[in-house]
Amino acid sequence: MNYPGKGLVEGLAVTARNFVGSYFYKDRLTTVQYPEERIQTPENSRTFPFLVFDESPDKPRCTACKICEVECPPKCIYIVMDRDDKGKPLQRPKAFDIDISVCMQCQICVEVCPFESIKMDNDYEKSKYGRFNDLVQRLPDLLKSNDYYRQIKPVEAAEVDAKLKAEAEAKAAKKAAAVAAAAAKAAATPPAGSAT
Amino acid sequence: MIPTSEQLCAAVPGAVIEIVPSTPAATQPAMLVDREHLVAVARYLKNEPSCQLDFCSCVTGVDYLAKGFIEIVYHLYSVALKHGPVVLKVRAPRELNQCHVPSLTTVWRGCEFQEREAFDLYGVKFDGHPDLRRILMWNEFTDHPMRKDYVPPADYEWEPTPHDEVLKRTKAAGGIMPPSAAVEVKK
Amino acid sequence: MIAAPSTIPAGGAITTQLLEVSIGPQHPSTHGVFRMDVVLDGEVVRALKPVVGYLHRNHEQLAEKMSWLGSMPYTDRLDYFNSMSNNWAYALAVEKLAGIKVPERAEYIRVIMAELSRLQNHASAIGFLLQDCGAWGTPLLYAFKEREKILDFFETVSGSRMMCNYFRFGGVRVDLNDEMLAMARKIVAEFPKFLDEFEKLMTTNEVVLARCQRVGILPKELAIAGSISGPVARASGVEYDIRKVDKYGVYGQLEFGVPVGAVGDVYDRYYIRVLEMRESVKILQQVLRDIPAGPMQAVEVKLRGFKIPVGDGYGRVEGPKGELGFYLVSEGGPKPYRYHIRPPSFINLTVLEDMCVGHKVADAIIILGSIDIVLGEVDR
Repeated sequence: MNYPGKGLVEGLAVTARNFVGSYFYKDRLTTVQYPEERIQTPENSRTFPFLVFDESPDKPRCTACKICEVECPPKCIYIVMDRDDKGKPLQRPKAFDIDISVCMQCQICVEVCPFESIKMDNDYEKSKYGRFNDLVQRLPDLLKSNDYYRQIKPVEAAEVDAKLKAEAEAKAAKKAAAVAAAAAKAAATPPAGSAT
Repeated sequence: MIPTSEQLCAAVPGAVIEIVPSTPAATQPAMLVDREHLVAVARYLKNEPSCQLDFCSCVTGVDYLAKGFIEIVYHLYSVALKHGPVVLKVRAPRELNQCHVPSLTTVWRGCEFQEREAFDLYGVKFDGHPDLRRILMWNEFTDHPMRKDYVPPADYEWEPTPHDEVLKRTKAAGGIMPPSAAVEVKK
Repeated sequence: MIAAPSTIPAGGAITTQLLEVSIGPQHPSTHGVFRMDVVLDGEVVRALKPVVGYLHRNHEQLAEKMSWLGSMPYTDRLDYFNSMSNNWAYALAVEKLAGIKVPERAEYIRVIMAELSRLQNHASAIGFLLQDCGAWGTPLLYAFKEREKILDFFETVSGSRMMCNYFRFGGVRVDLNDEMLAMARKIVAEFPKFLDEFEKLMTTNEVVLARCQRVGILPKELAIAGSISGPVARASGVEYDIRKVDKYGVYGQLEFGVPVGAVGDVYDRYYIRVLEMRESVKILQQVLRDIPAGPMQAVEVKLRGFKIPVGDGYGRVEGPKGELGFYLVSEGGPKPYRYHIRPPSFINLTVLEDMCVGHKVADAIIILGSIDIVLGEVDR
């Protein structure tokens, strides 16, 4: 049956049901008291990049190859390769700056890195007070251990570990095969100076 | 049915139409029309019952610096007959006092804002446009930013992680640099 | 201008003049930094000129300096409500130019993402329209409650709620495992109940009817001539949906209807969005039922050093706001020579003046809300 104001009354009934229901049913109450309670973000969630090291911070996986610097769309990464006294490059970064006020969290640096050394963190509480220079993250801030990576992203870290282990084993197997082939070749040819 | 260039030349006498191919995979060849007959060709394409191209989807300006002209590209579709796209191209010389093409706003109203954008960013004047003024840049701006030879002003205050061209210009302009960016690599 | 009592002429007539007001860039109801210069006669709008460019970030020029893949995160930020649709439009244009074939599972995943984007966009658009009408946040926050579920799904899959950067040329970046598919099925199962509750709030509400009916009528001929696309055009009777015309992706194999309106006023534009949400739920049910196994990206596409043969081309999708297209010109190199976006919101603004003249100022705000613009797309 139709009476004047029917649409309004039905709408008010919906609102009333939601309001009263939010005291009794969890799914009608959709807010969380931040910062006392925090919602757990899913594993894939990404905020800013960080660099992974395996045993200690002075042996990072990064070799300062600069691929991430070139591919980064807003050009927020700045890398300087570490060199020894004679100027020969040591395969690790001396300076690695990421300006997180420029970084747009696109994850392209993670996708193109050939050494699995830069990964995405999920820490979003990064505000600072200063305007210049404070939001630039330098090498000590960025280096975090593989245990930390396993803790924040267990599934992804397990895959990366498996891949690196497989690569290391393949490399070792190839080296062992090359050594064995060289030894077999040396045993097959007669020793020098035995003729005449 | 999408018309061929012979049909168009027959329908609009004097029109000079050239087919410009696109990539091998895309199969969207364009028809390059001369400036004098553009409006007549457009009206024919819109009103002819077999094509009825009544929807002008996209108007783009492209700056070919090496070849010396700016090209305006129109993509046309048909809502009534559901076919398309038909691509029309028209070229204008790059010098600002000669850079003008006829406007197709009288044929398709939807070209109005997009032609204003091409004027604003490329400097192409559209003859017959009802309201040709800047749309994305502010009114007092001079110069046309999307041209390939545009040089942006060097007004750097703080340039985080500068690279290449920007690094050179920030140093020249005396902008504030982050400490690591100032580290020089020893050769 | 209020004249002193002694100067009011004996006949009782008062001199009036037209007032030019800038409904300025800083305004809670203009959906972003958008300015309308209106000329008012009392409360009635006599002329209206939209002024845009406050959010111009020069995306098209930036793309000429970056690789083909590097522009993908920037496309998220165009229409920041539907980053998935923007990604798809760009990926489609590049795949058309380069002739890359997308595997079938990736096509199904793309449809899931695009339709979920459409659901949350239409719900928020209606919420914002009602907000402009004066309903202080109730429909908006109900819509946002559903939107949160969809954004949580996007975060689980791609890592980020809004700026997803999920599509790649030839497929998608991350595959959907069973847990994620179950999450998507749950969202789709709960959505019709939300829609029924949402409609009960608004569709027969007397205030909505009085404010939205017969306001801002857009005639069909003007919609076609003005290149209007999307729900705005379909509400005016233009039966054109790019999903049905171009049949990109797997839309050719799916069954869904295209709602078309009769009058073309604000109420029609609101109701079309409700009907389109119901059709999207139908599409999602079909796709989630039929999704095949398989690879999620074409293997021959390189991540670094990707090049496209010389030529140009235009690729378009049916975004939630209208026809989103990309015109790309390639000179054979790793960077685009010209990268142009055909933004639906920008072109839908062409007819704003025709719709608003003769109505009151408050109606002008609602008409703008019903076109559903996003300034990131208007200004790029």
